[in-house]
Amino acid sequence: MNIHEYQGKELLRANGVPVLDGVHCKTVEEALDAYDLLNSKVVAVKSQIHAGGRGKGTLYNPKTRDHVMDGGVKIAFSKDEVKSYSENILGNILVTIQTGDEGKLVSNLYIESGCDIEHEFYLALLVDRENKAVMIMASTEGGMNIEDVAHETPELIHKITIDPNSGLMGFQNRDLGIALGLSGKALKSFMKMLVRMYQMFVSNDCTMVEINPLVKTKSDDIVALDAKVSFDENAEFRHKDWDSLRDLNEEEDVEVRAKESGLSYVKLDGNIGCLVNGAGLAMATMDVIKLYGGEPANFLDVGGGANEEQVKTAFSIILEDPNVKGILVNIFGGIMRCDIIARGVIAATEALSLEVPLVVRLAGTNVGEGKEILSKSTLNIHPADDLAEGAQKIVALIGGGGQ
Amino acid sequence: MAIWIEEDAKVLVQGITGKQGMFHADKMVEYGTNIVGGCTPGKGGQTVELQGSNYPVWNSMTEAITETDADATVIYVPPPFAGEAIMEAADAFDNVKGEGVIVCITEGIPTLDMVKAVAYVYNRPGVRLIGPNCPGIITPGDTGGAKIGIMPGHIHAKGRIGIVSKSGTLTYEAVAQTMSIDEGQSTCIGIGGDPVNGTGFIECLAAFEADEQTEAIVMIGEIGGTAEEEAAAWAAENMTKPIVGFVAGATAPPGKRMGHAGAIISGGKGTAEEKFAAFEAAGIACAKDPSELGSVLLDSLKKAGLR
Repeated sequence: MNIHEYQGKELLRANGVPVLDGVHCKTVEEALDAYDLLNSKVVAVKSQIHAGGRGKGTLYNPKTRDHVMDGGVKIAFSKDEVKSYSENILGNILVTIQTGDEGKLVSNLYIESGCDIEHEFYLALLVDRENKAVMIMASTEGGMNIEDVAHETPELIHKITIDPNSGLMGFQNRDLGIALGLSGKALKSFMKMLVRMYQMFVSNDCTMVEINPLVKTKSDDIVALDAKVSFDENAEFRHKDWDSLRDLNEEEDVEVRAKESGLSYVKLDGNIGCLVNGAGLAMATMDVIKLYGGEPANFLDVGGGANEEQVKTAFSIILEDPNVKGILVNIFGGIMRCDIIARGVIAATEALSLEVPLVVRLAGTNVGEGKEILSKSTLNIHPADDLAEGAQKIVALIGGGGQ
Repeated sequence: MAIWIEEDAKVLVQGITGKQGMFHADKMVEYGTNIVGGCTPGKGGQTVELQGSNYPVWNSMTEAITETDADATVIYVPPPFAGEAIMEAADAFDNVKGEGVIVCITEGIPTLDMVKAVAYVYNRPGVRLIGPNCPGIITPGDTGGAKIGIMPGHIHAKGRIGIVSKSGTLTYEAVAQTMSIDEGQSTCIGIGGDPVNGTGFIECLAAFEADEQTEAIVMIGEIGGTAEEEAAAWAAENMTKPIVGFVAGATAPPGKRMGHAGAIISGGKGTAEEKFAAFEAAGIACAKDPSELGSVLLDSLKKAGLR
C-alpha cells in the first residue's frame, strides 16, 4: 500500500526525522493560505500522486487533453506564482514516466518551505529478498533516477544489510555516513536521522521508504526533501490507522471491490477474460493465451477455497470490462472440487445471462463429475482438457487474436 | 529415499484445533501421512478426531516433540501468530532433537515477521523451513506416503521426478504433466511466493542432485526477485541431472502485484523473459506453456538415456 508524500512526511516528522515545514492542500485558496502561513520566500508547489517522476511530468486538461503545464513540482517565488501553479495542477491530469499515458488526476497539493541545499543524496530502506533482511541503500548521487546511477556508476551506491536480531548497528550507520563523504555535524545529524528512520520502518511495517533527495543544508543539517513510503498490506491487521491514509482514488475501484470479495484481480488491456485458481496458474493462463495469439483482459485468482458466490462475483467483475469478448475458466481442483466449480459456473452464467463465449478447463479433484455437469447444461459452454486446448479454443471462438 | 521427508515421517500439526488445521489434518491422515498429534496453546490434553481416530493435542511444541519424537510440523496458524509459531517450532526442534522440518502453509504473514523468523531458523542449522504461503511438501509412497500441506494427494504417485515450485496450483499442473508421460514423483516442494521465505530453489536442487531416487527435476518459477536466475547459475555449475523449467508471468505488467506478495516486477527486475533466458543459458529445457512440461520432460529423459 502506497501513501502520498505529504502523509509520508507527517510520518517522518512524527518519528523525529527532519523534514521542512509544509501544508497539505486540496484547493487553490488553501494553497494561498499555506503560503502565508509558511512565511518562506520560496516554496515548492508539489502535485501529490502515487507515482514517481512528478517533477519531469506534464499536466493536461482531463477533458480536452490540452497541454496545461510542464512539471508537476514547481518552485514559486511569490504568492502569484503559487496561485497560477496551484490552478494549473489541481483538477488536471499529471502524466509521468510511471503513470502510463492515461496519467493521474491530481486532487492533492503539498506546499513546502524552501531551504538552502548544499548537496543532494539518495537514501532508501527496503526489504531485500536476496538477503531476507532490511537493506539500507544510499548514494551521493541524489535527485536523479537511481536506476540510472545503479546502471552507470554502481560503485556510487552503498548498501548495508541489517541483522534483525541486532538492528541497525552504530558502526554500520557511521560507515554509511562516511561513505557518503559526511563528517562532523553533518555525520552526526545523518546517523541520528537514520536510527529514527529505521525504527519508523520497522514499527510501521514498511516495505520501502525512499528519500530522493535527502539533502545536506548549508548549515550541515540533514533533511528529507521527498518521501515515498509503502506499507506491507499483510500487516494491516496491526495498523488500524492505515485506513485513514489510504487514497482510494489512487486504486482501481474494481480491484478494491474484488479484494473485498476475497478475489485478486488486475485489469489488463486484452479481450479474453480469465478466471483461475491460484496466482501462479492465473499468470500461466494469461501467458498461454498470449502464446496462442490472444490478449488476456485480466489476472483473476479466485483463491484456494472459492465458493459458488465468489465464482459469480468473479464473473461479474470480468464482465464489467467492455473489452471482454470471451472468457477462459481454468481450474485445477485441489481442495476445491471441480463439481462445485462447475455448478458455480452454470449458476453465474445463468444469473448474468452471459453472451460471450465461455471455455472451461477443469482438472483435479472430482473432474469427472464436474465435466458431466457442464456437458448436461444447455448453455453455450466449451469444454477443454488442458490449458493449451482451452487457450486455443477461446482465441478461435472470439475470431482470432489481438484486438 | 526422497528429500527431507520420508514416506513414514512423523508429523505434527500446529493449529490442529482450528478450522483449516483440522480439515487439512484429516486429509493428510486420509492420504496416509503419519500424523502424531498437534499443538494449540491452551488446548493441551484435548484430542482431535481425524478419520475416526483420536490424536493428542499439546500446549507447546517442546512438549509435543518430546512426547512424539516428530520429524516435521505443518503450520496452519493465522497470519498474526504464524511468525511466532515458526520460531516456537524451530526452538523446540533445535532443543529436543537438533533437527526438524517446519512447513508453513499460512498466507499473508507480515514480511518483517518473516525476516525475523527466517533469521531465527537460520541460527538453528538442523532446522529447515519450507514456505510460508505454499502448498507444502509431499513424498508419495508405495501405499500412501507423506503429504504435508494442502495439495490434492490423489494426483501424485511415487516415482523419480523431483518438483520444486513457487506456486501452488501450477505445481499440481506440473505433477499432472509428469503423470501424463507415466512418470511419478520423488518429492514435490512448494517453496512459496512470498518475498521472504525459508528453503529456496538452490537448496532443493542440491538435495535432488544428492537423492538416489530423483533422476530428473521440474522447476517452476514466477516473476519477481532473482531466485530463478541464481538457481539457474548454480545449476549450470553443480547439477548433472536433467532439469525442465517454466516461469509464470510473461504477460504481467510491471509494478502490479499478481496475487502473491512477491510476484511483482519492480524497477524492471524480475521479468519472466530474464528468468527464461537464465534457464536456457544454464541448459534447463524450457516449456513456454505448462501443458508442454510433460513432452519437454520426456525429451529430456530420452536425451539423458532415461527412457
